[in-house]
Amino acid sequence: MTSSSLMAGLRDHPNEIDRMGRFAAMKRVGVASAIVLGLLSACKNPIGSRYEPDDAAQERGLLAINEAGCAACHEIPGVAWPKGRLGPSLDGFDDVGMIAGQLPNRPDLLAVFIRNAPSVKRHTTMPAMPVTQSEAADIAAYLYGLDDD
Amino acid sequence: MIDALWGWPPPVLDPAGPYADKVTTLAWALFGMGVVVTAIVCAALWLAVRGSPRMKALIGGERTIWIGGIAFPGVVLLGLLVWGLTLTASLTQPIRGDEMRIRITGEMWWFRVQYLNADGDIVMEDANELHLPVGVPVVLELEGADVIHSFWVPHLSGKKDMIPGRRTLLRVQADRPGEFGGLCAEYCGSQHALMGFVAIAHKESDWQTWFDDRTTRVARTEMLAETAPPDAMPYPGDAAAYPMELGTLERYDARRGMRLFMESGCAACHRIAGTEANGLAGPDLTHVGSRRSLGAGILPNNRGTMMGWIGDSQSIKPGNRMPSYDVLSAEDIGHIAAFLELQK
Ligand code: HEC
Ligand code: HEC
Ligand SMILES: [Cu+2]
Repeated sequence: MTSSSLMAGLRDHPNEIDRMGRFAAMKRVGVASAIVLGLLSACKNPIGSRYEPDDAAQERGLLAINEAGCAACHEIPGVAWPKGRLGPSLDGFDDVGMIAGQLPNRPDLLAVFIRNAPSVKRHTTMPAMPVTQSEAADIAAYLYGLDDD
Repeated sequence: MIDALWGWPPPVLDPAGPYADKVTTLAWALFGMGVVVTAIVCAALWLAVRGSPRMKALIGGERTIWIGGIAFPGVVLLGLLVWGLTLTASLTQPIRGDEMRIRITGEMWWFRVQYLNADGDIVMEDANELHLPVGVPVVLELEGADVIHSFWVPHLSGKKDMIPGRRTLLRVQADRPGEFGGLCAEYCGSQHALMGFVAIAHKESDWQTWFDDRTTRVARTEMLAETAPPDAMPYPGDAAAYPMELGTLERYDARRGMRLFMESGCAACHRIAGTEANGLAGPDLTHVGSRRSLGAGILPNNRGTMMGWIGDSQSIKPGNRMPSYDVLSAEDIGHIAAFLELQK
């Protein structure tokens, strides 16, 4: 659709023009809130560095990942092989929004999810995995440390 | 698992039995001889450049070629060859009759394992894993199903080729309990690097218990299959028929898993003793629930890796001879995994 035919279409539908106007207003609010957020973010770090996992924990985490075989279903940076694709890639996990698209992104919840996913997300495909509580915390540390930018 | 092969000391220098011991002795002797020869060559080189004119004349003549170039290597190499062959002859001694016999067949890209009785009849089928009693000599009858593979568990013995159409013999013995990693040592196709093996040495009495447990379990399954009415057919590993814990939070149904296993084509490639599954193209799954590893020594064996393997083995081991079952739902894969886990 060219822009002139779009305008012609809009003229036949006045309601549409009204909606467009409202959209423009919303966009202005959006810009304003982005500025406010930008100012606020000076106080609150972006996710990647919100948690600062220590190196030893991350190292233990990678070991636990290999021992449990997480890579059978996930592509995981630092694990050369295998690169299973049954589950989502965990590349750049430091930037993920919600855990498995549903749970609040917190280290303690991530550890619980890693250990026993169905207990926090019913009907998820990811099964409970044979890792201890402290191993799960280490794995969470490792995943949050995956800074790809 | 394969990663039992890494670490220090390297397994070739850490023999766990008399046959591997010989290989290690041979390796050290060859290494020592190499050091001596290198030292002699370096000394001669130094004298040739820096030595006195008398010394240069001494080592510059034709005599040096005859002695250092022909006689010395001839004697040393021949001596090492004879000594090495006599030292390792016992590794491939023919069957005497009092040993345990196990047949291992290399397939692309896994190992078929069959325990034999003294007459050579198969008494138990397994895959990718060898259980042996400590202190007992075991003769491995090695075969290749498709291309040449090579069997190697460095803690236990030397390498031996597995050749299609031929049977080669290799003796192994473990003198201490433990898990020893192994792998295919002859390039055999794209997934050669992921063709691993685990050898597990038990104390002799533990080994007997282990063997009896497995055989009674299979016998019980077979008996139940014959006597139970078809609709009440308990599956092997049925929690009711066998007191085995199912895990408190089990959400998958092993009984449904068994039906799915039989109906989804798995049974055409895999065998589970005592059931209608009798396929031979893939590893025997009668005891898969108690295996240390999945996918020929490459993954730990747990619910997650089992589901991952069934659902998408092609991304784990690209090109392997089992299709990815991404046509099944995750629920179904879970049911099947729950069923297979009970096949101890
Ligand atoms: C059976 C295959 C399987 C195994 C094994 C497995 N996972 Fe998962 N995993 C999944 C699936 C499928 C999802 C998506 C779950 C969902 O969205 O409900 C997932 C999701 C995740 C997520 C959330 C990803 C995101 O983008 O939000 C993390 C983190 C995770 N897994 C970590 C692990 C760790 C750590 C292990 C090893 C202890 C592991 N997984 C083992 C299948 C698996
Ligand atoms: C076309 C034949 C074929 C079919 C059909 C098939 N498999 Fe396999 N399967 C194989 C082969 C071959 C391997 C060994 C792969 C390797 O390690 O290279 C294997 C390996 C496995 C393993 C790992 C065994 C071990 O000890 O490492 C499991 C578990 C398994 N299959 C389960 C299943 C299930 C469940 C199904 C049905 C959903 C199925 N297979 C269908 C051929 C098949
Ligand atoms: Cu090979």
